[in-house]
Amino acid sequence: MSAENALPISHWQRLWLYLLGGLVMLFLIAPSVIIVIMSFSGSTLLQFPPEQWSLRWYESYFGSVEWRDATIVSVKVAVMTAIVATPLGTAAAYAINAGTLRLTGAINALLTASLIIPVILIGIGTFFLYALIGLNNTLTGLVIAHTVQALPLVVLTVLSGLRSYDMSQEMVARSLGAGRFAAFFQVTLPQLRFSIVSGALFAFITSFDEVVVSLFISGGETTTLTRRMFNALRDQIDPTIAAISTCLIVLSIVLLSAAQLFGRGR
Amino acid sequence: MSVGSASLDHAGRSDGVLNADALRADARRQALGLLALLSPGLFVVFALIIVPIGWLFWLSLFDETGELSLVNYARFFEQASYIKTFATTFKVAFVVTGACVLFGYPLAYMLSQLPRRAASICLIFVILPFWTSVLVRTYAWLVILQRKGLINNWLIDLGIIGQPLPLANNFAGVVIGMTHIMLPFLVLPLYASMKTIDVDCLCAGMNLGASPAATFRQIFFPLSLPGLASGVVIVFVLGLGFFVTPALMGGGKVIMWAMRMEQATSLYSNWGAGAALGVVLLAVTLALLSLFQRLLGARATGVWSRR
Repeated sequence: MSAENALPISHWQRLWLYLLGGLVMLFLIAPSVIIVIMSFSGSTLLQFPPEQWSLRWYESYFGSVEWRDATIVSVKVAVMTAIVATPLGTAAAYAINAGTLRLTGAINALLTASLIIPVILIGIGTFFLYALIGLNNTLTGLVIAHTVQALPLVVLTVLSGLRSYDMSQEMVARSLGAGRFAAFFQVTLPQLRFSIVSGALFAFITSFDEVVVSLFISGGETTTLTRRMFNALRDQIDPTIAAISTCLIVLSIVLLSAAQLFGRGR
Repeated sequence: MSVGSASLDHAGRSDGVLNADALRADARRQALGLLALLSPGLFVVFALIIVPIGWLFWLSLFDETGELSLVNYARFFEQASYIKTFATTFKVAFVVTGACVLFGYPLAYMLSQLPRRAASICLIFVILPFWTSVLVRTYAWLVILQRKGLINNWLIDLGIIGQPLPLANNFAGVVIGMTHIMLPFLVLPLYASMKTIDVDCLCAGMNLGASPAATFRQIFFPLSLPGLASGVVIVFVLGLGFFVTPALMGGGKVIMWAMRMEQATSLYSNWGAGAALGVVLLAVTLALLSLFQRLLGARATGVWSRR
């Protein structure tokens, strides 16, 4: 379906549309670009483009024990979340895809609930629950809470991979004598690996960027990077945050490109 | 096709009754196996979402002395500050949704009309912000919009204005920041639905003498409405419960629903009040989503499954 040779409208007639679309794209991308450039500024003043250049905000980021500790906490939690959420989400997607269970719709809705339910409510609820069972300010608590946030993304990503996979291949393997697990791990899994890796990357980034729930349930030694950033932003505009933001943007680009590359291998 | 191969072969040689029993047992085993696969995921969701929210709902039914009462809900109608919060929240959500439609529709339309390669390059401009931390983007808008921010500096340097414009720490700042964050949520489902519109329908319209504008108005636009609706619903619903941007860019003047919840629980430790707010917010959210699902028969979570 290629629109340009089907419709008798030239690109020239569409110029206004391209201009409008271009402006919206500029609106979408400009903030990130500006922050990346500002992070190399040599001055504490907000000048754009900066008059002198330096790496002082990166030095201030990497040199600060507090920022470094918060980054380490976030990385740990994000890695653990990806490790926990990926198998859970893959297993759930597999079961949903089989479609033989009753209530598949309800199960689907429940598993993807955290995308829809106001995250502030989940934050308060989780804090309340953790207060009773002593999981506030712990890495375990953060990993479990982030797993709930990341699970729907893994489920949806793997499910879309399963939709383009022919399940009868697994049936064939089983009819040829492979056990259930052998059939899954030797036939289905290798063909799903790209969606699963994409799902894991999304789980990682969801956890790493998560703010609201972490505001409630992390603190002290388990303060996440986003929580510390949020508090810093409430006080004042510290250009160190531009350097941290640039690192987060680069992380997003790297992970998205990886997901894209893996997606293409399908 | 050999379903449940081993037991079927085995039972196949016996009589029909045994065969049916074996099949039923096999189906049951299959169902149990699938349930076992689902259970860890369902368990975490149940433990961290359903249980605490149910608990908060229960809490919201009691007043501060522990008596069963509806005082937490009555407050919403009695106290002017709550009414103002709700009004602000709906106003922000409406304006942001409107702005997203205004900016998002042309962009999605352009993307749907571009050749495949160009469209996938332009799509990066939508997807990258979608996956960039909300905090990073809010910070960027603070830098751009605040009193001594980039826009004010530029305009003053150019001599266009004498005094800095109030762009951040107010309603305008919240709307700009949230529009930027919500825009991909509208563009992605809208673009996906526009891609499914058959070009032949448009060609037929033009063959029959319709102008490009008429073809768009009478054929393309109506066909794009389901996608637009799903984007609008998701943006509106997420806007109602949004926290980070209004908290950082509202300057304490724009108090939205989620901020009220945070204040009630963190600042005043009034769980009943915070919980009641949460219950009503959830009810409104679910009501809007189910209304949407009933009308259009589509799930609003689709935006996350396509990239």
